[in-house]
Amino acid sequence: MLLATIAFYLFSGVLIAAALMVVSARNPVHSVLFLILAFFNAAALFVLLGAEFLAMVLVVVYVGAVAVLFLFVVMMLDIDFVELRQGFLNYVPVGLTIGLVLLAELVILGSAWAVAPAASAGYAHPTPEGVTNTEALGRILYTNYVHVFQGAGMVLLVAMIGAIVLTLRHREGVKRQNVRTQVGRRRAEAVELPKVRPGEGL
Amino acid sequence: MTAINEWLLDFYWPNAWWLDPLGLILLMLLFIVVLLVMIAFILLFDRKVWAAVQMRRGPNVVGPYGLLQSFADFFKFVLKEVVIPAGANKGVFLLAPLISTTLALGAWVVIPVDQHWVFSDINVGILYIFAISSLGVYGIIMGGWASNSKYPFLGSLRSAAQMVSYEVSIGFVIITVLLTAGSLNLSKIVMAQEGGIQNWYLFSHLLPMAVVFFISALAETNRPPFDLPEAESELVAGFMVEYSSTPYLLFMLSEYVAIVLMCAMMTILFLGGWHPPIEVAPFTWVPGVVWFIIKIWVIFFLFAMAKAIVPRYRYDQLMRIGWKFFLPLSLFWVVLTAGYLLAFDKLP
Repeated sequence: MLLATIAFYLFSGVLIAAALMVVSARNPVHSVLFLILAFFNAAALFVLLGAEFLAMVLVVVYVGAVAVLFLFVVMMLDIDFVELRQGFLNYVPVGLTIGLVLLAELVILGSAWAVAPAASAGYAHPTPEGVTNTEALGRILYTNYVHVFQGAGMVLLVAMIGAIVLTLRHREGVKRQNVRTQVGRRRAEAVELPKVRPGEGL
Repeated sequence: MTAINEWLLDFYWPNAWWLDPLGLILLMLLFIVVLLVMIAFILLFDRKVWAAVQMRRGPNVVGPYGLLQSFADFFKFVLKEVVIPAGANKGVFLLAPLISTTLALGAWVVIPVDQHWVFSDINVGILYIFAISSLGVYGIIMGGWASNSKYPFLGSLRSAAQMVSYEVSIGFVIITVLLTAGSLNLSKIVMAQEGGIQNWYLFSHLLPMAVVFFISALAETNRPPFDLPEAESELVAGFMVEYSSTPYLLFMLSEYVAIVLMCAMMTILFLGGWHPPIEVAPFTWVPGVVWFIIKIWVIFFLFAMAKAIVPRYRYDQLMRIGWKFFLPLSLFWVVLTAGYLLAFDKLP
């Protein structure tokens, strides 16, 4: 498949270029926009792999929700761009170390399949014939791994409650809208028709 | 499907064209042109309905009954000068309307307007629509930020919060539909509603979800009564304040394309897509695409009426409806639908 190969190199090339721009762009908003481009190309790579459900979920969750909040925060922050650049060199060794560790892990993982092809049986369940990608994922996720799945859901729930508890505070003396009292008002208590006598006013 | 329909299908949408890139591109261009012309008239229809409710005449000068008003507007926008504010972030400023339009038009590739009349009949069609429509917020938020001005920025912040909130309940509504249909493929969802009006999902256990979807679609497309991102009494024109000429046209166009897309989604999810309301002779002679377009116009009439007769919501009311009413209701309905389908052995 020549077309698939061209598409693969196109998407991965744009992905790497966008990822580089994320860390090197001067304006943090541009960084987030490049991050979105990187997510998008990653989703396209998933489609090429035949994992269309994962691709769509990546776009819905990361591009549609997480990156919007990122963009939100970065736009609201008042950032001094010059100051931001100053510490750049201090972080280079740490960043390089993390990058090297990740690269080494990927190389180990990839070479394991090359050295011992039997190991590759463990890394993928091929999609059964006549079953869509989504259905195959659901069948595995809700049967073999249902407890892990539920556990992940609980972790997210706890995190959500934690975030709400940390940020929710009731301040005194703040005027709040109470929809129930607003809707529950009757005409008798909201409107009155006083008798105004000429020349006197109320 | 009668013989005439079969012939029409084969004539206008032959499957052999899939293998021919040039034919496919021509077909796509034709589709976009037809869509845009329809949107030109739907825009006029919107204004006419609005005018009729307020006992005005609406646009009636350009062409007979003002039919060419949208085209006159188009030339007015295109021929004006593009003004870019001095403090604007130029690249992002011009990129934002392009992204809006591309995303709005891009969602149409998976919409089946008739049996087999779809560019890309992918398995996860409904998720694709959901993903693309959730990306529409980027055009708005980028436009608002790049304008480097107060009102656009406030408008884009409001819009981001609004669209992210209502996506959640739209997602749950979609889950109830795909539980009932048993597929994420839009053509299969329409096929599951075959056999007349009584099989449409609108007249089933999904009726409340159709209402939730309709109202969430209003909010998702920033239509009145939820047009807070461009509330003219508070924010002048919201995120579009600094835009003029063609970039503004693109924003407005993408808004209407997204609205018609939401009408098409209503049609597909709840109104049986291209199927006629009654499967008897005179109705089945009409091609499916005509039914599809009629249903889009009916839904759009509801959109226009909502714009004309409902006053704008306050921001806290908007958030309250989304998070405290629609989200629990749709979540509850997902559980209820799953239980109902399982209990009565109706799972597809």
